[in-house]
Formats: sequence, C-alpha cells, structure tokens
Amino acid sequence: MYLYPKWIRLWHVLNAILFLILIITGLSMQYTDKENASYIVGFATAIKWHNFSALILTINFIVFVTGNLLTKNGRYYKISKENFLNELLSQLKYYSLGMFKGEKHPFPVTEERKFNPLQKVTYVLAMYVAVPLLIISGIGLLFPEITVSKFFGISGLIYTDILHISMGFFLSIFMLIHIYTCTLGAKPTSLFWGMISGYHRDDEHQS
Amino acid sequence: MKIFRFLIIQILFLFCYTSASHAEVFGFKMNNQSATDTNTFVSPFQKDNERCFKCHGQSKYEYTNETLGRQVKELMYSERIVKRELFYNSNHKSFSCTDCHSEQYLKFPHAGELRMEQKYNCIDCHGGDEKFAQYHFEEIESEYQKSTHFKLEEEGFSCWKCHDPHSYKITVRNKDNLKETIAYDNAICLNCHSNFDHFQLLTDKEEISLIQKHDWLPNQATHFKSVRCIECHTKINDSIKISHLILPKEEAVKRCNECHSQNSILMASLYKFESKAQRRDGFFNGIILNESYVIGANRNEYLNLLSLILLIGVIGVIGIHIVFRIRKNNKTY
Repeated sequence: MYLYPKWIRLWHVLNAILFLILIITGLSMQYTDKENASYIVGFATAIKWHNFSALILTINFIVFVTGNLLTKNGRYYKISKENFLNELLSQLKYYSLGMFKGEKHPFPVTEERKFNPLQKVTYVLAMYVAVPLLIISGIGLLFPEITVSKFFGISGLIYTDILHISMGFFLSIFMLIHIYTCTLGAKPTSLFWGMISGYHRDDEHQS
Repeated sequence: MKIFRFLIIQILFLFCYTSASHAEVFGFKMNNQSATDTNTFVSPFQKDNERCFKCHGQSKYEYTNETLGRQVKELMYSERIVKRELFYNSNHKSFSCTDCHSEQYLKFPHAGELRMEQKYNCIDCHGGDEKFAQYHFEEIESEYQKSTHFKLEEEGFSCWKCHDPHSYKITVRNKDNLKETIAYDNAICLNCHSNFDHFQLLTDKEEISLIQKHDWLPNQATHFKSVRCIECHTKINDSIKISHLILPKEEAVKRCNECHSQNSILMASLYKFESKAQRRDGFFNGIILNESYVIGANRNEYLNLLSLILLIGVIGVIGIHIVFRIRKNNKTY
C-alpha cells in the first residue's frame, strides 16, 4: 500500500535531521559551562547551527501545513469527536496488553486511515501545538527586542525561554517514543523502510 | 480547540506587548539623566560658583571688551561648558569651583598660563582618606596603573577621560533601573570609542570600528544594552566594587561560556551588588531575571530535575515494553 508520497518522505527526513541538530545544539546552549566550554558543541557554534536549523525547520513546517492543506494527506490528522476517548483507550490497551497476547490491531492501516487514534492525537499535538509554540517562542528569543521586556516583575524572556525549552523537551520525548514505536512493525526495521520506500505492508503494527 | 485558541492568543499577547523601555532598545543615551532626578540640593557655594557658570554654564557668554568699548557675545568652546543641573546632581556637587581650580580664574580675562595648571586626579583627594576607605581608591589607582588606558597617560589620558568631575555620579547602585545604569556606564566608554573627536586625541588610528569589531557577537544590540563594556574588557577584582583594570583588546572576554554558564562572571561584575539577594525559585543566578535573561546562566534546578525524571520514566517504560516483547517472542518460537 503506497502511503507516503515523496514530499512527505522528504519533509520527514529533513524534519528528523533538523530535530537532531536542534536537540544537540539546544542542550549545548542550555547546559554550557565555563569549565566544560564545549558541552557537546561549543556555545558560539551551537548558536549558529541552532538558528540556521530553526530557520529551515520553520520553512519545513510551512511546507508541511501547506502540503496538508493542498493534498489529501491533511485528512489523516482529523480527529473525530465520536468515541474519541474509547478509541484512544483501546489503542493504549493494545500497546500495553493486547499486542503481548497476540490480539489483532484494533485500527489496522488502510488508505483511509494511516494513523491510529493515539498517533493522530500525538501527531496533532506535536505538529499543530508544540512545533508552532516552539517556533513562536524561538522567534521571541532570536529577536529579544520584540519580546515583552518585563512581565510580573521579571524579564519576559524567561517565560519565552521556559516555553521554548519545554516544547523542545516534549518534542524530544515525542521523538524518542516515535522512534521506539517505529520498531513495532512486522520486523523492527520494516516501518523505517516503509518511510524510505513509501510503501506500507499490511501485516505491520503501527508506530 | 478552544484551549488551543486561548493559548495562541496568550502567546501572541506576550510578544505583541511592548513596554515603554523598548523605545531605548538601540543605542545609548550619552547624557543619561534619570527622568526622576529632581535637583533639590542647594550648594553653599552656589553664589560663588555662579561667577563661573555665568560664562561656562551654557554655550553663549558675554563680556565687556574694554578695547572696543562695547559688550561682546561669544560662543563657549563646548569642552569648557559645565551644565549646572549636571554639576549639582554629580558626586562633587557640594564643591566650590575654586576648590579644584585656581582662584586666579576669578579674574577675567583669564591668564593664559592658567591653562597649564596641574589638574588633580582622583587619588589626590580620595587617597588615604578614611572617609572614602570603603571605595578603595588606592586599589583603583593600582588597577588603573596596570590597565591599558594607563599606557596613554603620555598622550593625556587621566581619570577625567572617563569620570568627568563636573558631572560624574555613581549609578551602579541604582537598582531601580539597571538598564539605565548600563547605558550610563557604557556612554562613558563611548564618549571616546564612538566619538572620533575625542578618540583622535589619544590615538593615531584613523577610524573607530566598534560595531565591526563586535561583529562576532550574536544579538549585538541586545548585548550592548544588557551588559556594560567593562564586563568583558576588565579583569574582575573582588576587593573593589568596579574593576578598573581595562584589558588589552586581545585579552577581552570572547568565550560565550564566561557569561553563559551556571557560574557566570556577570555575578561577580554587573550583578555584584545584588548577588547576595538571589531569588529562591530554583533559578541559578536568579537575580539576573529581574532585568534580563542569560541563556545557560538562568537554568532552573527544579525544571532540570523534572525533565530528568520524565526522561528516565519514558526510557524505563520503553525498556519494560522491550522486555515484554522479547518474552513474547521467546514464547512464540
């Protein structure tokens, strides 16, 4: 089943590379120290790479949103209110118990349903909530002169930074879980190959 | 979705809201006088000083030219103008002009040789005086003599190049508006380093390239308004309040980590006066947050711990899941 068109695969691989660069450089800036001048990457280098990668990530995000608006791919992210919670619990139950008992996947992949309910929620939260907040707060840190100078007696930049690092942290956790769940296919590597070839095999679990 | 919309509106509000201080984001104010300064001081020498201010207090002065037999109006050389309001707000406001200048200046026209009079330096009055012991003027003098500025004494450098005795006032203890203090202190450096008229008196260099030389600094404008030049260009000395050992440019701080770290040098320089009154809400170097925010220096210990617990938790859950998958696979085969 051909599920991942070329533009999605290109967007996805670029997003993955940028996420890795941004996590490494972000950690380097946040946990830099005098005694350990190059915490993973030196501060000055980390800033340059972080800013540049963030710019590309923003453009890539615009491509993703525009692509979803203009192609049929957007429909996979629509969450139906009906039975939403039950479906979500059913998927969670499958991951935590059902799959170990040999039960069948409650929401097998079809051309109409690329994502299971849990995937939909996490992808929507990641791509339509966390990434926009990450980008907006990142712009606030990149151009501190446009950020509120003081809020409740302390610098507005700290609120912006906490929002930025929180979103960065949640997206890092999302990436970790996302990579792990991608090993839940027929073979641990088959879902990764699916994202490279564009074809999804029916006998696979979903990530 | 309503929560989502509410969040977006809140975020946009945060960024769109700009405070009055944004008007001063770029550039420094050369004559940075606080708007709240109201000069209520009345000098015991006001009347005496007025004899000097009559001509030196503004750009125009008048005198009777006895040779021509009429009143003559002239422009006062800008370097000889002393603004009354600045003087009476300065640290030396209680002085009479003739405490430092020769009494012969009371005669007009002034005698030509008075231009050659020896001027006092800070240490001449403040040295060895118990009243000023807390300021450690001797240590300041010793630091100055080791500083790169001291090498220019032959060219005419002195304390007064930075601290105009007619207008200088200590501002670093102005905790109400640190940004104003930073602008005031940086204006002292810029008085020469961005003003070629003054700069050329001390050097043969043909141009000032302050902005280009700081090109390497990310967010240059933000750095310039958030820290003083001396944070990077002096050697920190714990025994005096403000370091006066101006380093040669090759030795200036260029490593970002010096400030952007848990043990930031800013706590021993710009925030020295306040560092004992740290915030207790988990932020390292929290006092900086009153005015600014420094990446790497203002991390929060509670958030660090929380993120570590969450990360270990997620890795733990994944680990348990892997164990169950392996057990299931073993049973299957």
